[in-house]
Formats: sequence, C-alpha cells, structure tokens
Amino acid sequence: MIEIKDLHKSYKMGSNSLHVLKGINFTAEAGELVAIMGSSGSGKSTLLNILGMLDEADSGDYTLDGVPIKNLNETKAAKYRNKFLGFIFQSFNLINYKSAMENVALPLYYQKIPRKERQERAMKYLEQVGLKEWAHHLPSELSGGQKQRVAIARAMAAEPKVLLADEPTGALDSTTSYEVMDLIQKINDQGNTILVVTHEDDIAHMCKRIIHLKDGVIEKDEKVTQVRASQYV
Amino acid sequence: MGFLFDKNTWQEIFGSIGKNKTRTIITMIGVLWGIFVYIGLSGAAKGMDNGFEKVFKTVSMNSMFVWGQSTSKPYDGFKTGRQMQLKLDNVTELQNRIPEIQYIAPRITLGNFGSDPVYTVRGQKSGTYTINGDYPVYTKIATKKIFDGGRFINDEDIRQARKVCVIGERNLQELFEKDENPVGQYIRIGSVYFQVIGVHKMAQGVSFDNDGDIFIPFSTYRKLYNSGDNIGYMCIAAYDDADVVQVEKDVKSILKSIHRVDPEDERAFGSFNLGEMFTKISGFAKGLTFVSLIVGIATILAGVIGIGNILLISVKERTKELGVRRALGATPKEVKSQIILESVFLTVLAGIIGVILGAGVLSLINNMTKDVDFPYTNPTVPIPYVLGALAIMVVLGTLIGLIPAHRAVSIKPIDALREE
Repeated sequence: MIEIKDLHKSYKMGSNSLHVLKGINFTAEAGELVAIMGSSGSGKSTLLNILGMLDEADSGDYTLDGVPIKNLNETKAAKYRNKFLGFIFQSFNLINYKSAMENVALPLYYQKIPRKERQERAMKYLEQVGLKEWAHHLPSELSGGQKQRVAIARAMAAEPKVLLADEPTGALDSTTSYEVMDLIQKINDQGNTILVVTHEDDIAHMCKRIIHLKDGVIEKDEKVTQVRASQYV
Repeated sequence: MGFLFDKNTWQEIFGSIGKNKTRTIITMIGVLWGIFVYIGLSGAAKGMDNGFEKVFKTVSMNSMFVWGQSTSKPYDGFKTGRQMQLKLDNVTELQNRIPEIQYIAPRITLGNFGSDPVYTVRGQKSGTYTINGDYPVYTKIATKKIFDGGRFINDEDIRQARKVCVIGERNLQELFEKDENPVGQYIRIGSVYFQVIGVHKMAQGVSFDNDGDIFIPFSTYRKLYNSGDNIGYMCIAAYDDADVVQVEKDVKSILKSIHRVDPEDERAFGSFNLGEMFTKISGFAKGLTFVSLIVGIATILAGVIGIGNILLISVKERTKELGVRRALGATPKEVKSQIILESVFLTVLAGIIGVILGAGVLSLINNMTKDVDFPYTNPTVPIPYVLGALAIMVVLGTLIGLIPAHRAVSIKPIDALREE
C-alpha cells in the first residue's frame, strides 16, 4: 500500500539547513495499523506530512497504492489527498461554523458528490462513530472526544486508501484517548490501513506495528501484539 | 465556468457567508452605501434635468428675442442716441439671409414695455390688458394650448385683417360669466369689437406671455393702431442643431447693416437668448450628472476596496479552515474561486440592496417635490446605467477578490494547518 525508499528531507532555517529525514525506508501493507513513534524533533510529523502530500520530500521515492507520488503541483496533490487519504489531526481541525454532519460531508463536496448523497454518507459515518444524534451540532457544542470522532468520520467519509492520524489523542484525556483508539482499531478491523503518529507508549501499543524514529532515521521497526483499547473503556 | 451554476458551490458560499452574519453585513455596508449614493445622486441630477426640460417645454429651446434700442455710437453721419425701429421687411430679410432660422415671428404689443394696457369691455365687465399683434407662426416658437372649441389666429385672419382675438384664462374669468362659452362672443378692445375665437391656456414653466394677454392678428393691429411696417420685437427660433449664439450674432449684424448702425455698437439692438440660457442650464444639469457619476463610482470603488480589505482579514482568520479544506482535497482553484465568488456575491448583493434603497429614496423625493415649485421631475436612473454599475461591481468584486484569494492559496496547506 505504502512504499517509501530512501526519503530525505531538510528544512532551511536562514543559513542553516536542518536535515530532518535522513533516508527512511519502509513498506506498509493494506490493512496495517502502524504507529510512528519518536521524541519531538525525530521527524515523525515531517514523515507523516510527506506521506500526506502536505509536504514534499527532497529526494526518495514514494508510492501509494501503486501510484508514484512525485512532481506534484498543488492541484494534483489536492486531488490525490482527496482520493487516497484521510486526515485526523491532533487539534481536530473541524470547521467551526459547520455542523458535525456538514464537516463530515466536506471531503465529499470536493469529490463533486451531490448534496443529498453527501448528507446520507455523512450520516452513515457519523452513525459508525456513534454521533448520529449530534449530527446537527456545531463543533463548539461537542466534547473533545466527540470532536475527534467527528474528525475520524470525516477522514473516513471519502473512503480513502490510508488514514493518517497525527497525534489523534494528543489533546484528549486518557479515557477519551482509549475511546478514540477503540474506534481507530475498529476501523482497522474493517481492513483500512491506518498510520498513527504518537509519542505515547500505550497508544502505540494499541497498534499492530511500531516504527521508532530517532534523529531522522528508523531506529526500530517492530511488530507488536495489539492491546485492545476496548478493555479500558 | 460550470461551477458558477453548480448548486453545491453556492451552498458552500452561503454556508460560509451566512455563518458570519455580522462580518457579512459590515462588509456589505460599504458597497451598499456606494451604489446608494450613486443612484441617489444621479437620479437627483436626472430629476433636475427633467425638471428644467419640463420648464422649457412650452417654448422652443433655441429661441431668442430681438428688439430695437438706441444707438450708442455715431456712424455714417448719424449721431448717437438714434432710436431703432424694427420693420416688417427686416423679418423677411433675416429669414432669407440666415439659413439657420427655422421660424421668425414679428410681434407688436400694447401694454408692455412702458405702453399703457388697453381698456377692454364686455357688457358690464371690463379690464385693462396687453394686446399683441401676432402671426400664426408665433405658436411654433411659443406653444399655445388653446382650450377645446377654439383656435389660434390663422393665415386667413391675417389676410383679411379680421377682428378676431384669442384671450387668456384671466380675461375669461374677468370678462365672462362662469360656465359661459366665450368662443363666438364679442368683446370691445379699445373702441373696436372683436370676436373671441379661442382661449389660450396658461403654460407652466417659462412662458413669454401671461394669462391676461390678448392676441389679435398682426394685420388687424396694424390697421387699428396705424403702426405701418413697425414691429415691436421679433421672436426667432433656430433649427435644433444650429448654434444659437452664432445666430444671435448674425441677426444683430444684419440688422445693424440694414439700419446703418456701427457694427461695433452693442447697444443698438437688444436681445435675450433663451437658447443660450437653456444650454447653460442643461449644461449645469449634465455637469451634475457627470459629477454624480464620478462620485458614485468613486464611492462604489471605495466600498469594493472595503470588501477586499475585510475579505483579506477574513482569509487570514480562516487560514486554518482553508488549510483543512485543502487537506481534505480542495484544489487551489476551488479555494480561489470560493473566495472570489464570496467577494462577487457580497458585492452584487450589496449593490442590489443599494439600488433598491436608492430607488426608494428617489421615489420618496419625487413624491415630496411633486407640488413644490422647483424644477425637479421624475428622478430616474436609466436601466443601462444601473446594469452598468452592477457590471462594474462584478468586475471590481472579482478583481478585489483576487487579492485575498491569492493570499489564501499562497500559504501552503501544511503551514495553514500549523497556524494557531
């Protein structure tokens, strides 16, 4: 599903150049639930941004579902993001003047799906995350956990190949975190490929595989026995 | 351009505009005010223009009067102070020599310009009135409305020097009983009986005559008062496309040569050029229209710039939202067109409300000035001007929308998402 080879990325900070990713190689198969761990500055967010086509690598190959991702202009990147990827952010990033349902329907709008169908599909995914009754509430009327569940529904709505979660539990207390992870696990059980960036050990161990990043290189890539989040809920 | 007609596009735009109502309203006020000022001002200017037009409707707009005065310079053996007397054959000569003259009507008057009005009697009633000796052509220069059943002096009256007269509304009131039909009745003017052939209606606005003037055939006048070939003054109407100022000069110089007056003598003949005055007044009204156009467009421009400014702030505020949209798959073009459409939509909506308000105020002013003695009629703005203004607003709205739109996509989605 995801294949990256010798990925390099550096940022220019004035006259200094900061080499963030120093040759990353890894492959993720369809249906995997991968945690990317590392301390801050280890390059995990940069990696996720490159995987999410929000940022571009300096060198290296990136193939997503058999499509080589390179020489992207903004328009092309937007189309690929829409088609292949679903994003879950630490700070939820819901549009505050849109109701939960409208937020979930937004990626479908950019797929030019008619309004009625958009709303039906949005409702379907809201039901999946257990927020059907909250469909017409604004994000400000929802709790943090609910917001993240709406964001997950939004990421799912476009039926992407890969879900990318950047610290999905970073802004949540532990009980809520486990609820969200439970949801992510359930989505993974349905066969979706999910990448989770986290620095929390317990969250990482709820995935099936952990990639440890340190100073821009993969320090350790291990398969782990998945801890089901449902037992904490 | 297909996205313009896409229901989803508009739902998205209504969504983002509608959820920020205060901002939307404040944004719109600038443009609304601009178009309101434009409509109000140019409508008012047009109303004034119409008002002047109405005032001058009853007279030929490029007409003038010429009369004799006395010379102020010695010339050709004559001393100064010689009284000028216009003659009937001057009229023919002027008409022959100046092709720009459309109509020329000699008049002679008793009861005006220092002469005594004439004592007029009918039965027990009487009054003193101004008597004019006229040709039928006079009505071509100063429109005379004659009440039903009557007529103005015609050529046959002139030829036979008939003793007929056209009286005014005041004469009718003072000499006749109420509800009496004056046409066919006789009145005594001076010592001679005249048959009334018509009653002229008092004209609103500029008029050469008042409602107590009596008109009789020129030939009758001349016999009655033994005035020979003398005329009091002449009314001249030039063709619509003629330069009235030049015609006035030509008339005077020909008269000077006929009457052997120094060409430099400005006092020998007096004149009043209505056409010139009218040109000045309508020039004033046109100037007003122009000024209102400039002011209106400048105000609209200021309003549109205001919209651009507020959208720029709003784009800044929405950096994160736009970043999210792009992460979810909005292409730069889609983000751009959304911002531009928001700008255009706000501009046009504000414009339409402004047009409606402006039209409302104009109709209010129209109602208020209906019975006021002020040259102001039917203040309107032509539809093409309104559409033109709206078109300008669409163009300006698009152009100004480009700035925030460009700003919105110039930030990378990743940076937009990081923004806190």
